Amino acid sequence: MDPGMKILVVDDFSAMRRILKKVLGQIGFTNIIEADDGTTALDVLKDNKVDLIVSDWTMPKMSGLDLLKTVRSNESTKDTPFLMVTASSQKDDVFEAIQAGVSNYIVKPFTADTVKEKLARIFKE
Amino acid sequence: MDVKLINPFIDATMNVLETMASIKVRPGKPYLKKDQVAKGEVSGVIGLTGEVSGTLSVSFSETSILSLVSNMFGEEMKEIDEEIKDAVGEITNIISGHARKKLEESGRSLKAAIPTVITGKNHTITHITPYPVMAVEFSTDNGGFTIEVCFEE
Repeated sequence: MDPGMKILVVDDFSAMRRILKKVLGQIGFTNIIEADDGTTALDVLKDNKVDLIVSDWTMPKMSGLDLLKTVRSNESTKDTPFLMVTASSQKDDVFEAIQAGVSNYIVKPFTADTVKEKLARIFKE
Repeated sequence: MDVKLINPFIDATMNVLETMASIKVRPGKPYLKKDQVAKGEVSGVIGLTGEVSGTLSVSFSETSILSLVSNMFGEEMKEIDEEIKDAVGEITNIISGHARKKLEESGRSLKAAIPTVITGKNHTITHITPYPVMAVEFSTDNGGFTIEVCFEE
């Protein structure tokens, strides 16, 4: 994994964006941009090419699942790795995310080691 | 209400806070709530719906939440500000998600609503229900907090 890779963190809770940035920083990633929901994330993606999207599931305006579907349907972002972060790991939700093309998912609460392991799987290291 | 229903919430609270904040939290004995006085200065409340309706609330003392969030952020937090309130909402959400996963494993599927956060010294949380409210007080090295769970069944 390139420590300089650009990561888009999407979460409506500023506290969780801060925690994700702290955890990604602990793993060695500091090139992080933020969005507070799916709609804002799409705006950010118009102007920024990112190497990874880390998104919450439940957000107002546009959920993480709808963001994922939109990202996968757009030619310029369809192959961008997408890590879904969710407070729930209920079976229906997981199945829906996998069908929509999620690269991997992580259930809150999480440690830096868990995030590192998921990223290693996504980037096949 | 089946008193065992509170156990997934106790487990979830311990797991969530110990994982996110690396702080040991110690649960007391569950009891039936008889008064309406919240045990803290900032509370997160979330509605649960599905086969049964219910509510989860988590009320923190100032010292406990400042200590927990300071550890979560890796930075010292000194007062209950917007970021602390935001964190309480998210903690409530995550505890609910974790407990719902455990409940799903025992055959109860529930959905959560959007969390609400209430602040203020000695504020009151009233669960408008004829059903009993179960409560558990937790202690940490920096003050305590309380969870309350109510299901209409």
